[in-house]
Amino acid sequence: MSAVIEGKGGFRAWFNKRLPVDQFIEDQLTGYYAPKNFNVWYFFGSLALLVFVMQIVTGIFVTMHFKPGETTAWNSVQYMVREVPYMWLIQPMHAVGASFFFIVVYLHMARAFLYGSYKAPRELLWVIGMLIYLALMAEAFMGYVLPNGNMSYWGAQVIINLFGTIPGIGPDLVEWIRGDYGIGDATLTRFFSLHVVALPFIIALLVVLHLVALRQVGSNNPDGIEIKAKLGPDGKPLDGIPFHPYYTLKDIVGVGLFLTVFAIVVFFMPTFFGLFMESPNFEPANPVSTPEHIAPVWYFTPYYAILRAVPDQKIGALLMAISVAAFLFVPWLDRAQNKSIRYRGVLSKLLLGMFFVTFLVLMWLGLKPAEGLYVMLARIFTALYFAFFILLPFVSKADGNGPVPERVTYHAH
Amino acid sequence: MNDHTADDAVPEVDESRRKFLIAATAGTGAVGAVLTAVPFVASWKPSESARAAGLPTEIDLSRIEAGQMATFFWRKQQIYVVKRTPEMLALLPNHNGELKDPESKDSDQPAYAKNAQRALRPDVLVLIGTCTHLGCLPKSRFTPNDASVMANWPGGFFCPCHGSKFDLSGRVFKGSPASVNLKIPPYSFPSDSKLVIGVDPAGEKGAA
Repeated sequence: MSAVIEGKGGFRAWFNKRLPVDQFIEDQLTGYYAPKNFNVWYFFGSLALLVFVMQIVTGIFVTMHFKPGETTAWNSVQYMVREVPYMWLIQPMHAVGASFFFIVVYLHMARAFLYGSYKAPRELLWVIGMLIYLALMAEAFMGYVLPNGNMSYWGAQVIINLFGTIPGIGPDLVEWIRGDYGIGDATLTRFFSLHVVALPFIIALLVVLHLVALRQVGSNNPDGIEIKAKLGPDGKPLDGIPFHPYYTLKDIVGVGLFLTVFAIVVFFMPTFFGLFMESPNFEPANPVSTPEHIAPVWYFTPYYAILRAVPDQKIGALLMAISVAAFLFVPWLDRAQNKSIRYRGVLSKLLLGMFFVTFLVLMWLGLKPAEGLYVMLARIFTALYFAFFILLPFVSKADGNGPVPERVTYHAH
Repeated sequence: MNDHTADDAVPEVDESRRKFLIAATAGTGAVGAVLTAVPFVASWKPSESARAAGLPTEIDLSRIEAGQMATFFWRKQQIYVVKRTPEMLALLPNHNGELKDPESKDSDQPAYAKNAQRALRPDVLVLIGTCTHLGCLPKSRFTPNDASVMANWPGGFFCPCHGSKFDLSGRVFKGSPASVNLKIPPYSFPSDSKLVIGVDPAGEKGAA
């Protein structure tokens, strides 16, 4: 119980009796004990929240000038960046922000793999996080389609047609998603509605659930041992420190570094060598001209490489769906006793290292045309990708059981 | 069941009755929710004007040279119309062994186009110019033996997106990511020089 609520008098007491702000801050920040041994990997959770807020704010301003639709979308984007004061800055912040969202989320996920943060009791925390990732993929895809550039158009064509591979209902489903016999006004306006209303609401709700689940089970840490197992005389974890002020201040350093990099990219290289904004998207959509080769934005290319690696379309689409869904099952595939990679054997380290490399190689292959050596490499790395999920239960069971320290490893700075 | 005696101070709870009422209320609510969802889901289907824009398209065949392809729009899709020469037609049966579906058994076309030439009239090939892989536009590569496509190329279509190859009947070659032949829309010839996309020939039925 917060002392303020029990104390008498004053506006603050009056206010808190009616809206428990102080109680909320204590529950969520000052009274929330996080392990004291967090390292740089622990920046990315709060950074993801920061990028989400940034996308909402920049998105609100982009929406003020954007006109969804087949004939208006492209022109309205050109108009806003050329003629509306400072939209040359705000619109690229939104577009580049999408790529940074995925950079931060991928690093946040990599952290979970390194320290076994998805393991019991944090399975639901991980599953909710994966749902955020899926919603984010839908959000990013629709946002990419909205300006109706040529890559928007053809990318949407390819992605929507993936649903056509579902047996039986496929073709009708595709027509239903598009609302027309091809991508048209109906498609762009419904994507606009989903992109600015439905999906942001869903993502916000999932973020709240993610944080509620985190408060329930507490943060994992680089040693992967439970700090709640060793409590001090005050009932607080011996290896825990209050999230505020300790980690809020640490996170501000991360925010500073992040915003520096973000600003450099937005100001000096917003297309980021054609990765964050692809050159065909600087032309309006043209249904009679397919870009030389269609590649989605970099954050989807690992899955796209898997799709193209398979010579059969239906199996390719199925493997792609499985490759995304496989993440949901990781908490149950990993059967190690220890969480952190620090206290697992060399086989586990090799397997995880192989998976990280495979993901990055597939990401690169998805950006390359599907021909010759690239196809062969895509097949090899697709096999390695799935090998990770198949081998994980055996490897983790075999060498994830060494001794772990009693208390977290921590060196005062 | 108990007798309903008015004097019962504490009537016994009838659990089965309560369960039934809960199930009936929840069930009715669920049916209502599903029915309410219908208009929202149906609102995503093509609108009346989108359907109207999908009406048949008439094409004047006399404007296409033999051996040439012309493209048209029908239902937001590119329609490829190729006037095939006797030389082109003669090459078609030679590579059946290299095709995934040479007899178009698993492919999508009207029954009247499910034949050796995949056409109502052998000299006129009508295709939906959308790759059956993921919807890109296959490009015409009609010159035979074009080594940049593949060895012993008989002439046909090449999709630049993911490398699917189709012959001059829109049949897919083995080794392509597309698994079925290019689709054929319903079409008919009201006269010798007129082609209509979207209308079956008199007395014929649509898709096989």
